[in-house]
Amino acid sequence: MALIELDKVSKVYRMGDVEVHAMREVSLTVAERDFVAVMGSSGSGKSTLMNIIGCLDRPTSGVYRLDGVEVSRLDRRALAGVRNKTLGFVFQSFNLLSRTSALENVELPLLYGGVPARERHQRALEALGRVGLAERVHHRSNEMSGGQQQRVAVARALVTRPRLILADEPTGNLDSRTTVEIMVLFQELAAAGITILLVTHEPDVAAYASRVVVMLDGRVRTDTRQDPRQAAADLAAVRDEDPHEAAS
Amino acid sequence: MIPLETFRVALRALLRNKMRSFLTVLGIIIGVGAVIAMVAIGEGAKAQVEASFASMGSNLLVVLPGSTQSGGARGGFGSLPTLTWDDLGAIRREAPAVRYAAAQLRSNAQLMSDDQNWATSVYGTSPDYFSIRSWRIARGRPLLDADLESAAKIVVLGATVVDKLYGAVDPIGQTVRIKNIPFEVVGVMEKKGQSPTGQDYDDCAFVPQTTFQTKIQGGLPKFISGVIFLGATSTEATARAQTQVTDLLRDRHHLDSGADDDFSIHNLTEMANAQAEGMRTLTTLLASIAGVSLLVGGIGIMNIMLVSVTERTREIGVRMAVGATPLNILLQFLVEALTLAVAGGMLGVALGVFAAGRLAAKFGWPTLVRPDIVVISVCFSGLVGVVFGLYPARKASQLDPIDALRYE
Repeated sequence: MALIELDKVSKVYRMGDVEVHAMREVSLTVAERDFVAVMGSSGSGKSTLMNIIGCLDRPTSGVYRLDGVEVSRLDRRALAGVRNKTLGFVFQSFNLLSRTSALENVELPLLYGGVPARERHQRALEALGRVGLAERVHHRSNEMSGGQQQRVAVARALVTRPRLILADEPTGNLDSRTTVEIMVLFQELAAAGITILLVTHEPDVAAYASRVVVMLDGRVRTDTRQDPRQAAADLAAVRDEDPHEAAS
Repeated sequence: MIPLETFRVALRALLRNKMRSFLTVLGIIIGVGAVIAMVAIGEGAKAQVEASFASMGSNLLVVLPGSTQSGGARGGFGSLPTLTWDDLGAIRREAPAVRYAAAQLRSNAQLMSDDQNWATSVYGTSPDYFSIRSWRIARGRPLLDADLESAAKIVVLGATVVDKLYGAVDPIGQTVRIKNIPFEVVGVMEKKGQSPTGQDYDDCAFVPQTTFQTKIQGGLPKFISGVIFLGATSTEATARAQTQVTDLLRDRHHLDSGADDDFSIHNLTEMANAQAEGMRTLTTLLASIAGVSLLVGGIGIMNIMLVSVTERTREIGVRMAVGATPLNILLQFLVEALTLAVAGGMLGVALGVFAAGRLAAKFGWPTLVRPDIVVISVCFSGLVGVVFGLYPARKASQLDPIDALRYE
């Protein structure tokens, strides 16, 4: 069954007298458990697509169904609920709360979801364990490296047990090694049954997805399936190249 | 999101900028502090005035006789005796709102003990007088009706006179000479302090009115050569007592409806009320000035909350992305403003109580911290926080999540 269904979705921004067509009748379906990379140059409409799928923005025309529910006409309050329950976000700039511990950052979505304190705590610890940060739950966001911060962000995205994780250039601020580490995480999550939509402009990153959608001028230009590159294998290879790392 | 969490988040945000938070609420602190201190001082002064009026006597009315008029020079009230002993009896019998009535005759005289002397006011009166003035005996016995009947040569002294004539010696049973006539000291009045005009109540001596008339200052036996003190049945009854006595005396003095009263009645309860009213006006005025400074403090809160919303735009975006509703965001900033204002209010109360205490100690003023004012002040600062926090909080809640997330 299709988790995401976009039917002739358009988005028009008005900047003064000029109308900007960010998306032109985009129709797209993403099945559950799929790992999709969205590529395109800046201005191609990939960010707008992401915002609409992420329920942060509403289409000007067309219909968007998420998990069978037409969310394109929901109000701000209802959209917040959908973001909280069904979606998880990972951003390029991590967007953690500053000077706040990893644990509290991960608990945040559960707080708005009305999850009781004990369960909140338990689930946040679990999620942090899943991204390999069990040892650093009390570190503050400003005391962690970029890779660690992005792991916290991934933990925050998956703590609500979402159907879909949206990642907007998640590796844009990371070095190549950490990039591979994060991609290992995403592939693990995809294998565990979470649908992933990843926006990137790096072909190297898109290679880890099983489907690549390329946007151009607000339209889908190509939509291809591929055999994903295995991030875990790449990581092992990097480790082998660095004897110091291999020892640790 | 549960309220406790919202409060925790707000508190953390405020503590992150301790200095800024403190400076922001300084206006509220000073405003509330001023309200508390001013009201405390105002209430203290009011209590003092009330106490001093109460010391004059409760529900007190004073009837003064009319004035003499000789060749165009009018002598003022009291210069002509118009009140008779029969008038006094009539008031006792026929004015239901009057509980006590007593004459007060007064003369200045030199009092002499064995080795000291002192000039003071000697009053001739009856036992009711002390009930009207709620004045109790401290030692010995008071004037009795029997003393009046026998025109006994006994005297009850005020505390100041005792101090001047006898010092530490027990005066009871001693002989004091008034106008060279020996009187036996039978009692000492308890200390009453000063009148609202600064007169020493305790610098006096009391003798039976009959003795006064025969031994100290004569005069026409029919007329009261002094004033009449009246005690109304209750505070509310003072106005009624005044009317009843006025009507009664006008009738007894055969005054035509157009003629002026040949006596006058002073209502001390009214004077006390007028004074209290003046105090209240002053307190209200001071409190409103302080209220204005609270409003200014509120604007300070609004200002800093707006800054805070701008600074934390990205945080707001993140919260929205993970599922915060506009209401969640609104409440978060509102609770922050409220916390700030209420904390300021509480600090202000502490400052106000402290300042009132210091001022009281320094200038010897009485102060009275009213718990209701404390509660109202804190609640009012909370209200200020909500009112001035609403606009920034609303602004935060209406942010577009995409713009907020992109904000640098």
